Amino acid sequence: MSTSSPLSSPQEIVERALAAATTEGTVVIVTDRSEANLRWGNSSLTTNGEMGSRSVTVVATAAVSGGAGGTASGVVGRTVVDVADVVALVAVAEAAARAGDPATDAAPLVTPAEAGAGSDFTLGPEPTSIGAFDAVARDLGEVFRAGGAGRQHFGFAEQVVDTTYLGTSTGLRLRHVQPTGRLEMNAKNADWSASSYLGFTLRDPSEADVLGADAELAKRLGWAARSIDLPAGRYETVMPPTCIADLLVYAVWEAEAKAADEGRSAFSRKGGGSRVGDRLARLPLDLYADPHHPGIEAAPFAVVPASTGAESVFDNGLALGRHDWLRGGVLTSLAGSRAYAARSAAAGHQTPMGVATDNLVLEQPGATVSLEDLVASTSRGLLLSTMWYIRTVDPQTLLQTGLTRDGVYLVEDGEVVGTVTNFRWNESPLDVLDRITEVGRSERCYPREWGDYFTRAVMPPVRVADFNMSSTSQAR
Amino acid sequence: MPGVHEEFLALPLSALADAALTRARELGAEYAALRVVSQRSQYLALSDLELETSSTSDDVGLAVRVVHDGSWGFAAGLVLTAQEAARLAERAVAVAQVSRPLSTERVVLADEPVHADVQWSSPYEIDPFTVSDRDKVATLVDLSERLAAGDGVDFTRASVQSARENVFYADSFGTSTTQTRVRLQPSLSATALDRATGGFESMRTLAPPAAAGWEYVLSAQAGLADEVASIPGLLAEKVKAPSVRAGDYDLVIDGSNLFLTVHESVGHATELDRVLGYEAAYAGTSFATFDKLGHFAYGSPAMHVTGDRNTDWGLASVGWDDEGVEAQSWDIVKGGVLVGYQTDRAMAALKDLGRSNGSSYADSARHVPLQRMVNVSLQPDPQGGTVDDLVSRVEDGIYVVGDNSWSIDMQRYNFQFTGQRFYRIEGGVLAGQLRDVAYQATTTDFWRSMEAVGGPSTFYRGGVLNCGKAQPGQVSPASHGTPAALFRGVRILNTVQEAGH
Repeated sequence: MSTSSPLSSPQEIVERALAAATTEGTVVIVTDRSEANLRWGNSSLTTNGEMGSRSVTVVATAAVSGGAGGTASGVVGRTVVDVADVVALVAVAEAAARAGDPATDAAPLVTPAEAGAGSDFTLGPEPTSIGAFDAVARDLGEVFRAGGAGRQHFGFAEQVVDTTYLGTSTGLRLRHVQPTGRLEMNAKNADWSASSYLGFTLRDPSEADVLGADAELAKRLGWAARSIDLPAGRYETVMPPTCIADLLVYAVWEAEAKAADEGRSAFSRKGGGSRVGDRLARLPLDLYADPHHPGIEAAPFAVVPASTGAESVFDNGLALGRHDWLRGGVLTSLAGSRAYAARSAAAGHQTPMGVATDNLVLEQPGATVSLEDLVASTSRGLLLSTMWYIRTVDPQTLLQTGLTRDGVYLVEDGEVVGTVTNFRWNESPLDVLDRITEVGRSERCYPREWGDYFTRAVMPPVRVADFNMSSTSQAR
Repeated sequence: MPGVHEEFLALPLSALADAALTRARELGAEYAALRVVSQRSQYLALSDLELETSSTSDDVGLAVRVVHDGSWGFAAGLVLTAQEAARLAERAVAVAQVSRPLSTERVVLADEPVHADVQWSSPYEIDPFTVSDRDKVATLVDLSERLAAGDGVDFTRASVQSARENVFYADSFGTSTTQTRVRLQPSLSATALDRATGGFESMRTLAPPAAAGWEYVLSAQAGLADEVASIPGLLAEKVKAPSVRAGDYDLVIDGSNLFLTVHESVGHATELDRVLGYEAAYAGTSFATFDKLGHFAYGSPAMHVTGDRNTDWGLASVGWDDEGVEAQSWDIVKGGVLVGYQTDRAMAALKDLGRSNGSSYADSARHVPLQRMVNVSLQPDPQGGTVDDLVSRVEDGIYVVGDNSWSIDMQRYNFQFTGQRFYRIEGGVLAGQLRDVAYQATTTDFWRSMEAVGGPSTFYRGGVLNCGKAQPGQVSPASHGTPAALFRGVRILNTVQEAGH
């Protein structure tokens, strides 16, 4: 714990850590994070903050002597202030590696030829500050004071800038700046009997249109002037991009090649092996990740602070390109490390796999219609706003449960005719994919349920047949 | 008893506090508090006897929180120097000033006696970070091997999460506290595969997380050795069990499942910030609105739920909360009636409730203290019977054991839960396992249908390590002691039918 030194530069941390390393291979990841946020409820500030932090992860690898040999890894992370801290951290990681058993995900560290391209490694971290929200605060204050029609406002605005530096003993020196922002606005009418919500993912708070969002929220609250009783059941359902994003983000998180090959996943095929090659969507949908996709750019190289079944610390720095999960509605590949890909091939599995990127795109090439167009062509169905509290009920089918939230509307003859109760739903995203009957134009959206972890999504509005609304909820 | 972490005590905590609080006062802050937080956490996971994840992290930082011109301000940083503490005080005031246009209500804090230079530690015996990783992995391997040796077990997972949290708090009223908390959760699961059908079933240990040291892992209290021995047989029975017929059933719910229902439908529903709309955009509001306090029939007369910060096993137990409020115990539901909420100092003052009951917590230096769930427990009936006694009162029903999937709406009405094991009850006795079961209810209907609560012998000390709330998201640990209980006429779903398969 440093109590005297000023912050050393991230580059200095990387170089001193690598210079201090004595084992076979070393990876150093430094992430400087700068954050600012505002949160409000009952049309008043609740919390706020401006935070700066730094995390450093050291991956030490060491040959295992005796037995079957192999390579062990030691992975430790901490907030690090100066070089003395990081030298101690390297020693701890190396001690763990030397004492460890062979790592099942061991692979040669990534070479410069295999690595992704970063930004200029010599540049410093990029900051944000509470000042980035001057305009947002001013506009929100105006909205609060106006209090049109007794509306009350609740929400959150945040800007996080992560500057990541990755250095390895194989010569990698990569840097990536990742801005992540969001604006969530929720309005309720005077007696809280109706609620509306909009969420936006922002690369910068200057993209926020608070006054425009407030007008849209007011329009949606207006739809609640008429309340209609509707029982649970299966309904044709129009989902905005945020809803289908929430379902598919989770599906991708579960798309681990190893689990599928081993027969313990919804992506496992009856009789053995994975379902890669199966048609999951009746429409020719493409589902993919691409670090260079406009508006949702993500790190073009792997940053893995801890190994899991789907990714490995040994893959740090690996170049990431487009990763197809579905192409033309057919399951194309799953997630796995280089080490597992080699093991899998040796075991005779035929599962293509790759290292996932931190974004997700669903699109049907050529689709042009908007959410409003989908509503206009609905004879009778539900229009959702967002989803909430999604959890796995049955991993065999990937059955999820969750609730609708902040506005469910009944559409008749192409018009919203009123608001209906919220519902609890039970559905598998894999089944929903197969019951998508119409797809609109893809756009950048905010996956509300997973917004703490995943904000970079481009999704279309979709029409789903027979969506299972299992029971009604009194929640407003 | 290791007590408060010596290395943390060696930091210049008082000097940091002096610098931050002095600067905040100079800038006109009405309230200022400094927190210094040091957290070490570790996650070890084995996949089929092989180490899959080994991750250890240390997170150290400091934060200053102020009330300035009636508005909150907060700033956090990394360097533990007096200069940085003073700089953060300046930034916190600047944040308050930028936020001022949004502050339509002035912040007022409930009074609390001053607690000067006090210390507290959770009752751990072996700091988990003094045990080598090799010994920890060897323990997990040993337990996994015993589990994998069972007939019909095709795959195992094992993990242990450990955390040690040190917090120093000092405020402009004169309170200063230093505390250390240790907690951990071991877990093992077994999976049986049916490659021909593509099906699989899993079962997980019920050993709850505990505010204890490494000694807990192999203790009788955790009971892992017994569970590892019994799971293969139980899993084999589950694989062959008939699928449940959907409909309404009487349920006997074991404490190992009911604790999570208490967490979701009572614990979260009685957080006063949520009740009043200050958490509405994210985690939601609550049906248990303030106008219901003192007379609302939350559940049956058998329902007695308490909140506390000071039980010796509690994951949320502390000496003082993150606003310097001393740990307390109180009733939330008594005789089935809503009688209390969980509060922080601002919420208590807002509703003239007198002293805060000490429910403030921040999960790191980088995050603002919030009103968070304390240990919320359903009390057993001192004269209550055993699980068998409760089962004997059911003609046609289901006995539910262990938690699994959980979900509840944003006002805490509609929930759906699954479990680890479900047993058919026929004529007052257990009649084998069922599968594909979920129960679904509205909170008040559910608790009002509770006919009887089990006795102390049925009491289970459950808990969660990572309860989520607020934006930016924070996690907090909380324990929930819960007896078994009998409920009449609860809706049971068949999850295969729900999936449309």
